[in-house]
Amino acid sequence: MSSIVIKDLQVAIGDKEIIRGLNLEFSKGEIHAIMGPNGSGKSTLAKVMAGHPDYQVTGGDILLDGESILELEPDVRARKGIFMAFQYPMEIPGVSNANFLRAALQARLPEGEELDATDFYHLLYQKMDLLDIRREFTARAVNEGFSGGEKKRNEILQMAMLEPAFAVLDETDSGLDIDALKVVAKGVNTLRGPNVGILLITHYQRLLNYIIPDFVHVMFDGRIVRSGDKELALELESKGYDWLKEVEAEPVGAK
Amino acid sequence: MSTPANSVDIDRDVGNFFYDLTPARDAGVGLSEKTIDYIVDVKEEPEWLREFRKNAYHVFMSKPLPTHWAGDELREIDFDVIRYYLASGESAKRSWEEVPEEIKQTFERLGIPESERKFLAGVEAQFDSEAVYSNIKRAVADQGVIFMGSTAGLKERPDIFRKWFGKVIPTGDNKFSALNSAVFSGGSFIYVPPGVKVKHPLQAYFRINAENFGQFERTLIIADEGSEVMYMEGCTAPKFTTATLHSAVVELVALPGAKIQYITVQNWSPNVFNLVTKRGLALENAEIKWIDCNIGSRLTMKYPSVVLKGRKARGEVISIALAGDGQHQDTGAKMIHAADETTSNIVSKSISIGKGRATYRGLVHVPKHLKHCRNNTECDALLINSSSRTDTYPAITVRGTGNSTQHEASVSQISAEQIFYMQQRGLSEAQAMSLAVNGFVNDLVRQFPMEYSVELKRLIDLEMEGSVG
Repeated sequence: MSSIVIKDLQVAIGDKEIIRGLNLEFSKGEIHAIMGPNGSGKSTLAKVMAGHPDYQVTGGDILLDGESILELEPDVRARKGIFMAFQYPMEIPGVSNANFLRAALQARLPEGEELDATDFYHLLYQKMDLLDIRREFTARAVNEGFSGGEKKRNEILQMAMLEPAFAVLDETDSGLDIDALKVVAKGVNTLRGPNVGILLITHYQRLLNYIIPDFVHVMFDGRIVRSGDKELALELESKGYDWLKEVEAEPVGAK
Repeated sequence: MSTPANSVDIDRDVGNFFYDLTPARDAGVGLSEKTIDYIVDVKEEPEWLREFRKNAYHVFMSKPLPTHWAGDELREIDFDVIRYYLASGESAKRSWEEVPEEIKQTFERLGIPESERKFLAGVEAQFDSEAVYSNIKRAVADQGVIFMGSTAGLKERPDIFRKWFGKVIPTGDNKFSALNSAVFSGGSFIYVPPGVKVKHPLQAYFRINAENFGQFERTLIIADEGSEVMYMEGCTAPKFTTATLHSAVVELVALPGAKIQYITVQNWSPNVFNLVTKRGLALENAEIKWIDCNIGSRLTMKYPSVVLKGRKARGEVISIALAGDGQHQDTGAKMIHAADETTSNIVSKSISIGKGRATYRGLVHVPKHLKHCRNNTECDALLINSSSRTDTYPAITVRGTGNSTQHEASVSQISAEQIFYMQQRGLSEAQAMSLAVNGFVNDLVRQFPMEYSVELKRLIDLEMEGSVG
């Protein structure tokens, strides 16, 4: 079964340890949610999986289908099928959304093969309709002048176009009102299937009402301290994150 | 993620070749009155021009190098080892088939026959100072448009030529306009009759193909009342270890209601000194637009200008500069307002890579007695590496009442976060840098005719490839 396995991962930024022995495994066809208070290291986990250069892995490993990805550049990981929906998507002035997506898709094709323009636009418009994104958006520069909600929807559009094997959604629900949240959730649910493994990183339980996870993990102080099913999310919501501090924080393997 | 390298290996394969030709007419190295006599005699030029050239030679010799404001790099030009005139001994050709084989090969590699078929009204290609290939398509000739080399122009149409030659840029304007006035050869002479709107862009190519040879083309374009014309030039040169000098002069005259657009893509090899004086005179309701892109050369000093001499005249300069290791792009614009209700617009974007240096110099002058004049300047600089450099020298003098001026400047970097974002979508670091840099200049590149914007994007991609470690 195609999966990502994170083993005893330790991550620091400068002198500061953020992830302190994290174990997690998620496979294609599954949706896992990670919840936790601010500072627990959730976003760091996402960025380290994507290969962000600011973080140093000081121990452990991340395996994609049995092979370590730690030595791989971010773009190599991306072309192997890893996608991250950013918490704070970047603006790229002068580069249109259409051209950006074309470049991203073209980069995945073998040398000499050209992306077919008609097929591309057909697919793009189909996905845009799914996410209630207006046509004019294709000509706008990537994320420039976009509201928070528009940026998040743009992340999901990119995910829909790139069809990753493993998607990590870093606080995709933050800053969204209910309607925007529903649209984003609809997009993610449409992409859900046996060919993709999804890791949802979220602060609030609310998103999980719309995207029903198969597994829920709770992260605290750089580790996963509790795992369960969707009921765990509800329990966390009613008891609050303080409840975790009373629980013995021992690393618990997921699955 | 690797750190971008500080040294840049600029891939110039497009221009890195030359053919071992024995030039039939060669004035030898160094400059003296004898050189002038040689040029005039070989080209069979009229006596007025001999006098004009010799006068210019003396002006050139008397002026110092402008190192008091320009960079010290100028001191590296050794005027005594430059060949000031070189030609293959053939007269201008009508059709492609008649051009000598070696020269033909050079231009075929530059793609001229293709572009002619597709877009252009006429192509005049210059090789080592003389027009080897001149072809005016029937449509343009039928409209009464004159498009020929500068030598042919001054001989066949002195009535028009002498009226404007040296009026927009006088010999003594600067040391290098004086040099050009002394030894100019080649360049285009264009006259567009009143009311004629030339449908296709007119184009010329230039090439330096001998060690220590300098190009001194002289272009004069006159657009008569209500006419419109677009002119494009793009050039390459092979790489040599000793310096080569390119010192052109371009004079534009837009008579009342006329429009001239002059588009340049400069991609000389990184050993060329490119010192050019370009100026246009815009009369009442006329418009002159310079679209200037500087990617090559070791040092380029060029400030396309417009003298807004008639009421409601409009001047515009769109400038893109890319400076890599060992390069200094010293560019900008000058807008001289000399009538009421004139407007000028300058947009400049520069990119400095590795140890490259980009400089913007902008002069805007609106004197006290004028009214309702408007100027807008925007200059944006992008620094790619920590050793990259950019300088801005705006010189804006606006007096009087009812005139307005606006100046905006910015300096930015491509952030590591932006690169990471693009890499996460599957683009390599080099592809990401390329995309971001092309995005930075995109709104200006779109103003170039399509075949140029495609070539420009490719040139920028090539430069960016060398900049990432």
